[in-house]
Amino acid sequence: MNSVPADGPDPVRAEITLTVNGSEHRLGIDTRASLLDTLREDLGLTGAKKGCDHGQCGACTVLLDGRRVNACLALAVAHDGADVVTVEGLARDGRPTRLQEAFLAHDALQCGYCTPGQLCSATAVLDELGRGLPSAATPDPAAEPVPDDAEIRERMSGNLCRCGAYAGIVAAVREAARA
Amino acid sequence: MTDRLEGWEKVTGAARYAYEYPLENVAYLAAVQATVARGEILAVDAEAALGMPGVLAVLSGGNAPRLAPVDDGELAVLQSRRVAYRGQFVAAVIAETPETAAEAARHVRVEYAPEAADVLLRADHEGLYAPEKVNGGFPADTESGDPDAAFAASAVRVDATYTTPAEHNNPMEPHTTVALWEDDGTLVLYDSNQGPSAVQSTLAEVFGLEPAQVRVISEHVGGGFGSKGTPRPNVVLAAMAARVTGRPVKFAVPRRQMWATTGYRTPTIQRVRLGAGLDGRLDAVIHEVVAQTSAVREFAEQAAVPARMMYRAANRRTRHRIVRLDVPSPSWMRAPGETPGMFALESAMDELAVLTGVDPVELRVRNDAPEDPESGLPFSSRNLVACLREGAARFGWDARDPRPGVRREGRTLLGTGVAAATYPASTRPGEAVARAEPDGTFTVRVAAADIGTGARTALAVIAADALKTDLGKVRMEIGDSRLPRAVVAGGSAGTSSWGTAVVRACEALLVRLNGEIPPEGVEARASTADEVRSRQKYARHAFGAHFAEVAVDLDTGEVRVPRMLGVFAAGRIINPKAARSQFVGGMTMGIGMALLEESIMDEAFGDHVNRDLAQYHVPTCADIRKIDAVWVPEADPHLNPMGAKGIGEIGIVGAAAAIANAVHHATGARFRDLPITPARVLAEL
Ligand code: FES
Ligand code: FES
Repeated sequence: MNSVPADGPDPVRAEITLTVNGSEHRLGIDTRASLLDTLREDLGLTGAKKGCDHGQCGACTVLLDGRRVNACLALAVAHDGADVVTVEGLARDGRPTRLQEAFLAHDALQCGYCTPGQLCSATAVLDELGRGLPSAATPDPAAEPVPDDAEIRERMSGNLCRCGAYAGIVAAVREAARA
Repeated sequence: MTDRLEGWEKVTGAARYAYEYPLENVAYLAAVQATVARGEILAVDAEAALGMPGVLAVLSGGNAPRLAPVDDGELAVLQSRRVAYRGQFVAAVIAETPETAAEAARHVRVEYAPEAADVLLRADHEGLYAPEKVNGGFPADTESGDPDAAFAASAVRVDATYTTPAEHNNPMEPHTTVALWEDDGTLVLYDSNQGPSAVQSTLAEVFGLEPAQVRVISEHVGGGFGSKGTPRPNVVLAAMAARVTGRPVKFAVPRRQMWATTGYRTPTIQRVRLGAGLDGRLDAVIHEVVAQTSAVREFAEQAAVPARMMYRAANRRTRHRIVRLDVPSPSWMRAPGETPGMFALESAMDELAVLTGVDPVELRVRNDAPEDPESGLPFSSRNLVACLREGAARFGWDARDPRPGVRREGRTLLGTGVAAATYPASTRPGEAVARAEPDGTFTVRVAAADIGTGARTALAVIAADALKTDLGKVRMEIGDSRLPRAVVAGGSAGTSSWGTAVVRACEALLVRLNGEIPPEGVEARASTADEVRSRQKYARHAFGAHFAEVAVDLDTGEVRVPRMLGVFAAGRIINPKAARSQFVGGMTMGIGMALLEESIMDEAFGDHVNRDLAQYHVPTCADIRKIDAVWVPEADPHLNPMGAKGIGEIGIVGAAAAIANAVHHATGARFRDLPITPARVLAEL
């Protein structure tokens, strides 16, 4: 662990373009940088959180080309040209989304640190349900999934909340799914 | 039913946590951890790391600034050649980017003279000793009557040993700091903690500064659950690195490093003996606890303390023994003492219920204590019985068939269990300032921390009440050590302590207000030191009861909790919306404690092996089904001006026992060792 030989060359850098929340950014990045660190440290978009940096908590969830991903597991250099939406990009013109409103109404947050990831994840869940994609909790994978509690819990289980706001999160997603 | 004041910031990503303040010219820190559990550092070779482009400095024992010694030996970061536990910080790299810092940290070579390490807690360890005090300032041992004789003479006896494993707090936001030194020598810390005033005074001591030379900003904190209640080594390390490099330094403890460096709940081994009559009335209560501490910091988990006040019994002994092991320092984790202690006591009560045939709810009602058995003081209020009755009615307890192992649906066994909860209702001294602005609004200042409790909102509600104004007219300022001094968000004493100061400041302000408010505003300050010290003597505690239903899979041994209800008596509930989340959040962590959470100590390496969230399981969304918390009305005039008891911790107390008792009801097997994993269950089915 302590015996890795060091070599001297400068870190390898690359130029990439990312469209984040609708704005295009030309970025010079370290090729070792994760998408999460690029968003947080280079673009100052600190909405996406770092809870584990290992793909184990979901705090860093963002929408990458429309799909939810753990931004800590994505190398920025591998996503040249990608379209990224973070929690900062969910509300448009200061108008909350149904999900954001439902999170507040159901107190689906406490410390708020998992919340951006929960919201990005839930945004994708609504989309996945809308497109009829099944989950492990879908009784009949061939049929249209119903946004009941079991279905929502299963789909939201990649986002840990140590404060234990799950009951509120499920209620909020259910409400937004049925609106 | 008030929404969180910072809710909008939190759902839009605008809320700034410690790591997220935009600063120029920042550098990044990555720490190096000891790879032996005990020994001496012989040499630190930083050459390779220093040769990497972008590396600014490597700190280790040889070149780190000297610090003033403080009580908590964990804060003597890089001050000694001794390694006290595996994972202790032994060096740090500061670099231009997080990627370079992390990579360079892997190239720092540390040579050790390892020594045999002692890392396993045993009830017969020869190093066990009685600490002078246990956490909370309580005596280690108490005894009244003749517990041994009374136990021996009892008609019904429970004598059982319960164990709880090491558990890690794991707030979702890691321990993070951005440290910078201003030109005038002021240390500024954007830091994730449970109390900026406490971090300020401790860091001032460590760096030999006046408290006014340290500023701690903690506006939003992503959870703590006790682990951020005292400054941990990370904040000291960041401050040192900023001093050495002359740059603002950012350090977020990686999740895997949190296991060793940011505290955890000690494992416990608890022997409980209950002696009772055939009617279940207790005559003897004996609760003896064995726990661990580290070589650098004494922490004595007060797990037998609740047995001192929970039930009436003429004969009682409680005892704590701890042993210094070569392990990371245990510390506070949500309801230290009560959480493991009430798992043991409330499991033993269930065993007594089974032996006597008395219904578990009725057994607790029968043993309710009219006054504090230890001090003889009256309770300021005690509504345990009301919680039990209310919960029984709501949960449908009366229809319960007490026979274990008889409810089977397909390949699932069903059962229900109950356990009581308690937590002290403390109030500590503090200060607050209330200010009337010329535009008719008010600003209320107190150095409180909102770690997700809803403190900011609760204090605004309290202030609006005291000022007889609308909530919308009150602006709360918290989370900054420059604000009036406040206790940490800990011991469920935050809202009670801060709220008392806020009410007094608001009252003082109202007295001063007459007519027009001048352009500079009107301000009043309050300190509650005298008020808190001169309070009448009462035993002040919150109470509660958990009701849990479990489903046990006969094929996999997996335990699920389809339904759980908590009923609490905690004085006036200031903001029902956030309060419910606090209770349910505690119960959720209790489900984790019962079924999932365990940090496994590897004797060969002398360290916890499952140091991440893939291997240390906390409850996920799918683990939590029907769960709710309610409360009974309780008017208690002896607490504080709000009539409120703290609610941050009681939700976890007793929760694991209710589940374990339900598993017994479902299966007929008694699980005395947590967590109740499929492997343990399968072995008993
Ligand atoms: S930070 Fe990416 S999953 Fe935890
Ligand atoms: S709200 Fe704190 S971790 Fe989810």
